[in-house]
Amino acid sequence: MANAEATGRTGTPYEVAIERGKILEFAAATHSANPAYWQDPNPVIPPTFLTVQMFWAEWAEQLGTGGDPNPWHHVELDQQRGMHAEQEYIFHGPPPRAGTKLTAQSRIGEIYDKQGRKGGTMTFAVMITEFRDETGRLVAEARLTGVETGRVPEETS
Amino acid sequence: MSTPTPPPPLVVGPLTRTDFVRYQGASGDMNPLHHDEVFARSAGYDAPLAIGMLNAGLLATYATDWLGPENIRRFRIRFKEQVWPGDTVTCTGTVVKEYEQDGDNYVDVELTCTRQTGGVAVQVWATFIQEAQ
Repeated sequence: MANAEATGRTGTPYEVAIERGKILEFAAATHSANPAYWQDPNPVIPPTFLTVQMFWAEWAEQLGTGGDPNPWHHVELDQQRGMHAEQEYIFHGPPPRAGTKLTAQSRIGEIYDKQGRKGGTMTFAVMITEFRDETGRLVAEARLTGVETGRVPEETS
Repeated sequence: MSTPTPPPPLVVGPLTRTDFVRYQGASGDMNPLHHDEVFARSAGYDAPLAIGMLNAGLLATYATDWLGPENIRRFRIRFKEQVWPGDTVTCTGTVVKEYEQDGDNYVDVELTCTRQTGGVAVQVWATFIQEAQ
């Protein structure tokens, strides 16, 4: 069961470096041949690229920033019944390019229950991550919505 | 400002476990449901299921080839139906609305990733700024 007390929980800030090799790896994995990625020495990131925040949150300890960067685990959704329901990226201007060093910080938003169409209670939880550049400007936001179903889900992926 | 015409559909597949793993390695989401047969079966599935964010990434590829990677301002994804190894998915898009805001021109589009069964796997609502023409 989800832990409703996780709402408002804020993680420690952590580094997300935007790198060309990682952008090209991501473009290849998403079948993109766009020259904006492949022909530019400092390519712009693909729209869903900031999902790599997961790497950087995991690496925070080895990188020496430490703390508790990912507050998502405090939500305690069951991994086998937990699913990704929605994901949103918002860019306040052109997306960042390779060479940019961002600082990310995540917080848990609302946690709420809904009745599923096939019966059973579904629990939703939201995590918002803000990405700021070296000047402190808010460059992008990510909004993750996770769901835990009462049984093996058939309608979400 | 002319209404941008959607490009032909982007068809990808049949998707393999290697496609899933390649995306997982690129993205950092190593959830074993998408590559570990034993784990997937113990969770009640017949096979590792595709990672939803891969299908969302294919929609992003379709949309950025259409409207330009630098122009993206919002990309909202909803995961609807599971995708399995062997599935072929088709990405399409339509213009929802064009409008001006603070002197800039924007276009809202709806993008759909459909399985070979006709089932909608992933839906996206995206906003792009439009370059002056």
